[in-house]
Amino acid sequence: MHDEVKAQLLDRAEMSMTDLESGLAQLYQGSIDYADIYLQSSHHESWVLEDGIVKSGSFSIDRGLGVRAVEGEKTGFAYADDISTAALKQTAAAARGIAAAGQQKTVQALTATAAPSLYLPDNPLSAWKETQKIDILNAVDRHAKKQDPRISEVTVSLTAVYEHILVVATDGTLATDIRPLVRLNCSVLATQNGRRERGSAGGGGRFTYDYFAQRNERGQPRHFAFAEEAVRQALVNLEAEEAPAGKMPVVLGPGWPGVLLHEAVGHGLEGDFNRKGSSAFAGKMGQQVASKGVTVIDDGTLENRRGSLSVDDEGTPSQHNVLIEDGRLVGYMQDKLNARLMGMPATGNGRRESFAHLPMPRMTNTYMLGGEHSPDEIIGSVKNGIYAPYFAGGQVDITSGKFVFSASEAYLIENGKITRPIKGATLIGNGPASMQQISMIGNDLALDTGIGVCGKDGQSVPVGVGQPTLKLDAMTVGGTG
Amino acid sequence: MSGQSNDQRKLLQADMQQAQEAVQEALAFAKSLGASAAECGLSQSRGLSVDSRLGEVETVEFNQDGSLGITVYRGHCKGAAATADLKPDAVKAAVSKANEIARFTSEDPYSGLADKALMADDYPELGLYFDANMDPEYAIEQTKRCEQAALDQDPRIVNSDGANYSSHAGFRVYGNSHGFIGSYMSSRQSLSCVLIGKEGDVMERDYAYTLARNPDLLQSPQQVAAAAVEATVSRLGARSLDTCKVPVLFHSDVAHGLFGHLVAAISGGSLYRKSSYLLDRLGTRVLPDWLTISEDPHVQGGLASSAFDHEGVRTEPREIVTNGELNTYLLTSYAARKMGMQPTGHAGGIHNWYVQHSGLDLDALCKKMGRGLLVTELMGQGVNIVTGDYSRGAAGFWVENGEIQYPVSEVTIAGNLDHMLQNLVAVGSDIDPRHGIQTGSVLVEQMSIAGN
Repeated sequence: MHDEVKAQLLDRAEMSMTDLESGLAQLYQGSIDYADIYLQSSHHESWVLEDGIVKSGSFSIDRGLGVRAVEGEKTGFAYADDISTAALKQTAAAARGIAAAGQQKTVQALTATAAPSLYLPDNPLSAWKETQKIDILNAVDRHAKKQDPRISEVTVSLTAVYEHILVVATDGTLATDIRPLVRLNCSVLATQNGRRERGSAGGGGRFTYDYFAQRNERGQPRHFAFAEEAVRQALVNLEAEEAPAGKMPVVLGPGWPGVLLHEAVGHGLEGDFNRKGSSAFAGKMGQQVASKGVTVIDDGTLENRRGSLSVDDEGTPSQHNVLIEDGRLVGYMQDKLNARLMGMPATGNGRRESFAHLPMPRMTNTYMLGGEHSPDEIIGSVKNGIYAPYFAGGQVDITSGKFVFSASEAYLIENGKITRPIKGATLIGNGPASMQQISMIGNDLALDTGIGVCGKDGQSVPVGVGQPTLKLDAMTVGGTG
Repeated sequence: MSGQSNDQRKLLQADMQQAQEAVQEALAFAKSLGASAAECGLSQSRGLSVDSRLGEVETVEFNQDGSLGITVYRGHCKGAAATADLKPDAVKAAVSKANEIARFTSEDPYSGLADKALMADDYPELGLYFDANMDPEYAIEQTKRCEQAALDQDPRIVNSDGANYSSHAGFRVYGNSHGFIGSYMSSRQSLSCVLIGKEGDVMERDYAYTLARNPDLLQSPQQVAAAAVEATVSRLGARSLDTCKVPVLFHSDVAHGLFGHLVAAISGGSLYRKSSYLLDRLGTRVLPDWLTISEDPHVQGGLASSAFDHEGVRTEPREIVTNGELNTYLLTSYAARKMGMQPTGHAGGIHNWYVQHSGLDLDALCKKMGRGLLVTELMGQGVNIVTGDYSRGAAGFWVENGEIQYPVSEVTIAGNLDHMLQNLVAVGSDIDPRHGIQTGSVLVEQMSIAGN
């Protein structure tokens, strides 16, 4: 257990582990099967540059506790934005109200979860002086503007979250985590002959802001790389023509287009939807659900990644979970409740937005393993189709399997060559069917730069995605041409 | 109402009183730190949310959320901070932090409070609070009744994603260093049901919900169930379409979204960033000349009613679009100063829009369309406010000879917002009352449908 977590969450509230044990004992009575207490403090800051000046900065602290009691499939949940013994007693009484009072049961002895830390416990808010934060914003602004005279209206934002969590449960779980998370984003407007287009790029992960000043694999300081990428996208879009409409072959670029996997299969393989039989993938365990060669993984153990967690929000260490292996469905993502109800192990995917939200099965970093084809070979195989290297986001209806994702940068492929840029368009497909349409897998697996936010039932959590260049033989492209 | 509810109102009133004091103290503390101006907003909400599924309670959630946000100005430099903990020490810490941040941000001549003359000093009481039932047993019964009615109604409903009842009540306080302080209480309840139907191997999911501030205006559990069943069952057997260009009828369930894009395009933030397809279009045609959109912030009990905006600026009834011409932008004081205009009381969003209708119900609109796509669901983001380019996933029904023929899914609809909105053919009288933008179904002249 981190001493710093104890100091931040318990000592400051003049609470001790004994108080948490009493809380669990108060919850664990009669027909209650499981209960947990989640303590969290979260420091957040955000700085925004616009019109060449640092216009605003904001800071917030959220501290609180969430208490959950489970009986069968039934969950009672209460929370308070205050960490104190009084708040704990009050929320515990409310949460356990779902079941009749009964005999007190013995809580398992609390044992600290041993999970290697996947990120350093450094506080990104305090690791840099305010003047350093201002300097990097200004540097990105200047760098973006000097790329091209058509660039104006540069917006740069810098945000950091520093979180401490502690979770105890009646099954003996005692886990803590310290989670830093930073993000830098640059958005620009390009203007030419009265036409205006925006471009935007950014990234981050579980680091301090040092990450942005460091050089990337291509030897460029990362903050400059984001500025150049935003400019490049805006300028490409200035030239974009109407996108075609209809079914055609689609080649997706590596990295962020992994949004495809997140929407087409990821959500459909979350335990809750499969327990309830509401997922298009329900009951398909062991079956061929994707083309041969397709292996999809959800991995919370990648060091410093945006979607990674040393332990999930139920105290389960995160894992490398294979979801689809060579096209066959082999695994779901589970939290404790759904794992227990389905008779499966928890997989470290129990996540919650904050103490004020219930945990549920969520993705971490979801990606597809690379294949054997070079990207050129894949594009060369398409007579008429589109190449889409960048997306704005997506959505899925897990029951029908229908999903969309919107390209923000795309090109026509004509006779095996990338020719003209086309306007952003929404692509629509059916998850299970699209997975069978994958005909070529690139050898260039890449993960995204650290920008993903996943929403489910009104809760947002940071996630990662990745994939190699991919060819789908047919997808519906929603252009106007 | 019962004595318990009276207590609820009194409790909330007492908390709101305390919150006003906390806001005043925060403003006073900011001043003592040397701030030249400050503003502070505080909102709190309490309630519960209950889910039942297949006849059993799934979750009982007790909500209690609140946050105080303080913005401190040192000349034209600005800093902001927020805290959920409202104890005096925590509030002081937040104010100090905001003050500290303002030492590092740049001089921005456009920043600051809205003008004192614009403050809503005498604001009307809008009746946004109603005593609401927050008893978990009552909530459980509502959800179970709703879901059971749905499951009993049609054998094609094979599964359920459950029914939810939520009831929340709270208040908002806003004050600034002009001496303005305003506050109001509000409440809202909802009941929803999500069902799964099956035909062959294909499952479809849909839902229905009712939402109101006044609990007496909620639909009954049976009405919600019937609407959810109808929505779900009617989707079964959906197919895609051949790629084509046809008229598109946006059902009132989704039509408010079209005007939501208009909100984004005429909001100051998009305009001063030159990131709107409606840049420099004030006074020009943005809708057909038979269409007017009016806004009334002062509707008693209205879902989007407010007497003052998030800067304390008095709100006023106005026409947003008059006979197709754009009458106003939506400006905060910051955007107004940047653009050399007056604030419009839209900090924090719009207030009860009413889209004038053509007197046709949904059937009549289908007849008017003749052959085209009735859209009941939209998916994905796919809307570019900078260019007006629009491309989204859609589901709905194919209409031929003015009659619904079969359900449609896995298609996209695409066009350009400016062209779509200027060429609206009709707006229906089937108004959806559950939104801040009240509109009936909307018939768009032509869009590109991508399918097979």
